[in-house]
Amino acid sequence: MYKAALIDFLYQLADDELLLGHRDSEWLGLAPDIEEDVAFSSIAQDEVGHATLFYHLLSELGEGKADDLAFGRPAAVRRNARLVERPNGDWAYTIVRHLVYDVFEAVRLEALASSSYAPLAHGAVKIRREERYHLLHMETWFTRLGQAGGEARERVERAVAAVWADLGDLFSLGAHEALLVAEGILPITRNELARRWEARMKPLFEAAQLAWPGAPQPAMEDGRLGQHSADLDALLETMSEVYRIDPQARW
Amino acid sequence: MTERISETLETALWEALQEVKDPEIPTVSVVELGMVHRVAAEGGRVTVEMLPTFVGCPALDILRRDVTARLAQVDGVEEVEVRFVLNPPWTSDRITPEGRRKLAEFGLAPPPAADGPAIPPECPYCGARDTAIENLFGPTACRAIFYCKACRQPFEGLKPV
Repeated sequence: MYKAALIDFLYQLADDELLLGHRDSEWLGLAPDIEEDVAFSSIAQDEVGHATLFYHLLSELGEGKADDLAFGRPAAVRRNARLVERPNGDWAYTIVRHLVYDVFEAVRLEALASSSYAPLAHGAVKIRREERYHLLHMETWFTRLGQAGGEARERVERAVAAVWADLGDLFSLGAHEALLVAEGILPITRNELARRWEARMKPLFEAAQLAWPGAPQPAMEDGRLGQHSADLDALLETMSEVYRIDPQARW
Repeated sequence: MTERISETLETALWEALQEVKDPEIPTVSVVELGMVHRVAAEGGRVTVEMLPTFVGCPALDILRRDVTARLAQVDGVEEVEVRFVLNPPWTSDRITPEGRRKLAEFGLAPPPAADGPAIPPECPYCGARDTAIENLFGPTACRAIFYCKACRQPFEGLKPV
């Protein structure tokens, strides 16, 4: 049972990072300026690298080859939160979604640094050091767009509303929550995750001079249980197009 | 049976590693960058534990290949295994003083202390302190882009992590 819970949770971590990393990479050549082209390419590389580490941990637990886990699994068995499968939308949505996710990830990694599963704890300590830069970047953009007023602010407000509608399952721990917490694989509950996330998000809204939209509402559908939107099918279709031509090919 | 690595072999292995350079920074060795955690030998079988600078660094396979090829040339070595480990985590504080000097020589500002205040580094060209962050992200995962207000030159630096 410990192993089943651990595997399910590693898929949550891996799928979250891979899909957001893929979305980040979609800005290549299209970002508002060349600095953001560089930034989002670099962030994409980091996120996909983190996903690779988690897929390798799954490989070691007998789940198969990392590439197949990344590219060969259908939407129904993906364990990512619905938030990261959404298309990028405009720049404001991209920033708000990333900020919300990065703060969540910071809280999750902080807890994982004392995970009972040592390989996961070591990975979390290392990844946290890298994620600090993503967070710093998104915070800067978020406060600037909010403080700018005018169209920038209106777009941020619309983005916040759209992101908040998708927040419910971000904090879900899937089918094995009780065991994950009891075994110390993730040593805090979903409520504690959400509480720590809120405590960090509120000052950022204040700095951006934006109204706090309230606590996330529980999800009707849970990505951590494999309940996804059509957006994920479209993303997987694009992301795995080359892989599917010849899954045995060596890169 | 595990035998203690002989001093001669140990010296030879570290000297050989000193010749393996970072694929993206051809003047600085993996030893100077603090990427080598441990070297062990059992008979002719050598195991090297290395620390990736960034988890998603795409140069890891090249590093594995280069380290394996160089150590295979050392007398008495029959087999080389390179393992990337995350414990302890690589941090930019592991770069040796010699490594920092060579980075600056190459035009890459060495990173400020990882747990220090977030200040931009000195200009590697003119040594001025009046520099600014241009972009927290650069051409590789481990670099950022800065601008020197004194010699009006953009430059890259290693991120403190």
